[in-house]
Amino acid sequence: MIQNANPQAEPILTVRNLTTRFRTDRGLVTAVDDVSFDIVAGETVGIVGESGCGKTVTSKSIMRLLPEHVTRIDPRSRIMFRGNNLATASEKTMREVRGDQIAMIFQEPMTSLNPVFQIGWQIEEALKYHTNLNRAQRRQRAIEMLRLVEIPNPERRVREYPHQLSGGMRQRVMIAIALCCEPDILIADEPTTALDVTIQAQILNLMEGLKRKLNTAIVLITHNLGVVAQVCDRVLVMYAGRVIESGTVHDIFHRPQHPYTQALLESIPKRGKREHGKRLPTIPGIVPSLHELPPGCRFAERCRYKQEKCVNEEPELLESGDGRSYRCFFPLTQAPVAPTVEGR
Amino acid sequence: MSLLQVRNLVKHFPVRGGVLNRIVGHVHAVNDVSFDVSKGETLGIVGESGCGKSTLGKMLIRLIEPTSGSIHYEGKDITSLSHSDLMPFRRTMQIIFQDPYSSLNPRLTVRSLLKEAIAFHGIVPRAEMDDYITELIRRVGLRRDAADKFPHEFSGGQRQRIGIARALVTKPEFIVADEPVSALDVSIQAQVLNLLMDLKDEFGLTLVFISHDLKVIQHFCDRVMVMYLGHAVETLPCLDLDEQVQHAYSKALLGANPIDDPDQRRPLTILQGDVPSPFHMPAGCPFTGRCPDVVDRCRAEMPPIIERGDGHRIACWVANEEAAQPAAPAKSIG
Repeated sequence: MIQNANPQAEPILTVRNLTTRFRTDRGLVTAVDDVSFDIVAGETVGIVGESGCGKTVTSKSIMRLLPEHVTRIDPRSRIMFRGNNLATASEKTMREVRGDQIAMIFQEPMTSLNPVFQIGWQIEEALKYHTNLNRAQRRQRAIEMLRLVEIPNPERRVREYPHQLSGGMRQRVMIAIALCCEPDILIADEPTTALDVTIQAQILNLMEGLKRKLNTAIVLITHNLGVVAQVCDRVLVMYAGRVIESGTVHDIFHRPQHPYTQALLESIPKRGKREHGKRLPTIPGIVPSLHELPPGCRFAERCRYKQEKCVNEEPELLESGDGRSYRCFFPLTQAPVAPTVEGR
Repeated sequence: MSLLQVRNLVKHFPVRGGVLNRIVGHVHAVNDVSFDVSKGETLGIVGESGCGKSTLGKMLIRLIEPTSGSIHYEGKDITSLSHSDLMPFRRTMQIIFQDPYSSLNPRLTVRSLLKEAIAFHGIVPRAEMDDYITELIRRVGLRRDAADKFPHEFSGGQRQRIGIARALVTKPEFIVADEPVSALDVSIQAQVLNLLMDLKDEFGLTLVFISHDLKVIQHFCDRVMVMYLGHAVETLPCLDLDEQVQHAYSKALLGANPIDDPDQRRPLTILQGDVPSPFHMPAGCPFTGRCPDVVDRCRAEMPPIIERGDGHRIACWVANEEAAQPAAPAKSIG
């Protein structure tokens, strides 16, 4: 579990023991294993990890957007939001929550927008379901939303189709759709991964501004540690379906407890003369397959500090009292790690 | 002496339209790009999607035919060599693609796809082929049994290692690496970058490394060429890039990249607007529409490339005038 930065504030979303399994040709796999966290209003929580670590499945489980015929959310999982347990809520309840109270944006804005409808229509669709506004008011609101996400000429753009917009503009339209009902929580799944770095900066800036204006809580799912350092308050690090460490963004970057977090931070190319052209520290090997998880710590095989205990026994997620937690028998509690980047 | 000399390279792709499918215009993918690559050097090419960096990379090894301009390799003009005359260069010049899955034949095992190139170019005698392949596979960090597997049996990082082995199999001197680590996770990216670094030393390779990630280029390359809308707007050494960078677009690329440290948060550089379409090129400097320092002259005239010494070349009216000011304070420029 991870505690929020402000213990007085009541969390708006409480996830406990979230476990999601998939039926596959090779048997049942547990893609998300016993994940717990809280979110309070106005904060940004990052979920980081490499492909297949379960970060997207976590977010889609919260939204219940996974295909039901192959997915099972363990009945002991609890996703508490406004007194409802979303893990077991009816589809009717979910429809009220989705888009209105919890909204989501995806990595690929082109495939998430409907190519045959004007973008105005797609914003108005959400308003039609979740508000009592009439048609003219909805159009007015759609234009306002496009203006809010800084799309030029919103009166004209509202009648355009997705293919007429650039990648960055499409992602802004996605954000407009997500925010038009002023949700309590915005889940952003790799919102800038497909975008160029200058467009990424625009989108991150926009999300920051909107968070401040609307006090929306943001769950940011990404593999880009730079983006996490720039916008997140707290971070969950996932590995092979498990949360292996969590804490404030400062602690995660400067005092990582888990060897995986440390290794991940080290493997980013560094700017500056000191590191130029040097070999990068790497993590040997690859992530274990969810079909063949080791009995011990899931990172043990690649861990430079591994001991016999790590191979045979899986560590519990331990809380260290200061709002941090980690899943390791031998946490890196020594002196703070030096800053990872030379100043620019 | 430079291994590769590129002069005024241009690529225009025709755009067809209308009922008669006539050519209605041209996409200006690469516009008048010139540069040299010295032997043993790694030149990075950075830019955003659609800036022409991949087109340029493919032109260097004649996978795309240039519209005009010239490419000299070891002093020999290869721009218009015929198919058969180009063959020896096909051996010495290789390419690594971004997505090794779509660039490897899914029906061939690793061994057979490597064998193809060995046999075609006659790299080693038939009897030594298997030993050569085993050694190469070991060298790129794959297990011995990898040779008899198919591409789909590997993870992304392993596939990229096969892509690298495929490029190395002909014993090349020059390799274009087109976004070789962009599709990989951070920890795997580091593994592949290290491998490239080692192989470069071991085989004495000269590399052109194309990426949209300035941080990777800064770490890995000797020099970087920044491209915008088909133009090379600035070229400079990577070592002190942060201090030396001059062009407003290069600065924006640096400033838009978040720093991997929450204690060094700063406002990200925000450029207004999107990249203009290469179908309708602006008359003057291509960056005019988004440049924070734009002056009237930028809109009217394309800035020339000015050599600043130490391999720093820049095409920008504002930066050029600033540089000229201290030397000739009384004289007006223009």
